[in-house]
Amino acid sequence: MSTFTIARLTFFEAARRRILLAAFLLGIVFLLVFGIGFHYIMRNIESSFRGGPLELNEIRNFLLMAGLYVVNFLTVMMTVLTSVDTVSGEINSGTIHTLVSKPVRRWEVLMGKWLGFAGMLTLYLVLMVGGLIGYIYFRTGYSPPNPLQAFGLMWLNSMLLLSVSILGGTYFSTLANGVLVFGLFGVAFIGGWIEQIGSVLPNKAAAQAAANVGIITSLIMPTEALWRRAAHEVQSPLVASLGFSPFGTSTYPSNLMLLYALGYLLVALALALRHFSHRDL
Amino acid sequence: MNTDIPAIETKGLRKVFGDKVAVSDLTLTVERGEVFGFLGPNGAGKTTSVKMLLNLIMPTGGEGRLFGQPLSNPPVRSRVGFLPEHFRFHDWLTAREFLKLHADLYHMSHDISQRRIPELLDLVNLTPHSNKRLHEFSKGMLQRIGLAQALLNQPDLVILDEPTSGLDPVGRRLVRDIIRDLRALGTTVFLNSHLLSEVEITCDRVAFIKHGEVIRTSDLKSLVEGELSVEIRARNLTPQIIAELSRWSNNVRQDEEHLALTLMNESDLPEVNRFLVEQGVDVYAIRPEHVSLEDLFIQIVGTDGGL
Repeated sequence: MSTFTIARLTFFEAARRRILLAAFLLGIVFLLVFGIGFHYIMRNIESSFRGGPLELNEIRNFLLMAGLYVVNFLTVMMTVLTSVDTVSGEINSGTIHTLVSKPVRRWEVLMGKWLGFAGMLTLYLVLMVGGLIGYIYFRTGYSPPNPLQAFGLMWLNSMLLLSVSILGGTYFSTLANGVLVFGLFGVAFIGGWIEQIGSVLPNKAAAQAAANVGIITSLIMPTEALWRRAAHEVQSPLVASLGFSPFGTSTYPSNLMLLYALGYLLVALALALRHFSHRDL
Repeated sequence: MNTDIPAIETKGLRKVFGDKVAVSDLTLTVERGEVFGFLGPNGAGKTTSVKMLLNLIMPTGGEGRLFGQPLSNPPVRSRVGFLPEHFRFHDWLTAREFLKLHADLYHMSHDISQRRIPELLDLVNLTPHSNKRLHEFSKGMLQRIGLAQALLNQPDLVILDEPTSGLDPVGRRLVRDIIRDLRALGTTVFLNSHLLSEVEITCDRVAFIKHGEVIRTSDLKSLVEGELSVEIRARNLTPQIIAELSRWSNNVRQDEEHLALTLMNESDLPEVNRFLVEQGVDVYAIRPEHVSLEDLFIQIVGTDGGL
């Protein structure tokens, strides 16, 4: 099946060009730095802490959230940077010509690329999220609530961005596509923060306006919504009840928004397949 | 397999980019086993035409078929090999990996590709470099691995888009030899080139394209076997001998010891020579010259380059 041939090629390309190596080495460096920091912070706190084990878990949860926040950001960067050039770059250089002049369908080529990146990003996310949660568990015996749900949502976030980046590549040059995808991500990011800050404002009208901004930006690009829902899943209920936290979340997107994000992903992918099948190369 | 169906058949194939007409009317038929040259000045729409044949560019109008199948039908391309212009490939692959990738895209079984890949590496003299990555390859080597890629599936039709542009004589020679071998196998070859000498040596038939339109197709064999002009340098020529030459040529001109005449058939040449010698003429040189493809190209396409 040509899709798997192209998927293998895509994965292999990332490996051969040392993209995988760089990403995984830096991922490991991040985990090490986090681990060392976590170790000393916890040792310091544990030695002088007067509260019970529940309170200790709150601190562990807070540090885990900070770690996951960075992992999410790294995954976003990795998703966009690796895939932004894959379609437009191959069209531009002409390497696509020998691929699609074979007895293959265009959609098989594009789907193969998507799968190749999806495989690579899934592996990356498993390593990072698994490493983070696993380390904390082995160091302290603490495990956060709903780690699988959080992983799934962060994965969905990455797949969503991947689909948008590939869709953009079938229309625009690499640079324009990069500007577009990061721009959309930025809009969602700032919208999410406005909604967060708004939720703790005493003025009801202002809070409502901020919430509306959040909803609209989430509809434009649901990436931040997916992250906030992921954060909500692993956040301990006590931290959540305290309200505003820099890495956690006070308000969280509904299941309807998750459904919307999934639909967004599927529509982006379908549009990409459709446009690539009909465009001149 | 029905061999009556042409390898390539297009009717009024047309491509418009915005308000620019790249190809206005591509109508041609390439029969099985032909080596077909596709000629035209730069910007005449040659590459756009080739890309339409391979479904890389969607035609705005008209229709085309390969082996009787519509151009948009992917399975028909399992019988086609294609060497694109510029030889841009995934250069982080080794030569062997590159051929394996394309064998997979041709849906070749593992056993067949394991047999074909070394054969082809050998054919294009790249066996010693089979584990080198393509980014270390020279342009000539890239062209060779590109050719190997186009021949993997033992295609019935090979489309070569400017296969020799920017290559040294050795590279051109290789393309020529491969085309000759393909012809011997009965493979149809569609050669897009602006190098007339190349086409003249290799092709059976040529199409001339200008302003995105096929303006003439002609048989190169008849061109070669037909009319030729002969220059003779000889002494002891008498007016009587000159007059007798009208038996073979109605166009004889003499300037001292230089004689120019036009023969309708190449086979007349030895007879003329024999006649001159028998009449006691001292012949120093006989130089026959065919109407060259270049003459024909200028005559058909014009000197404005179609621009």
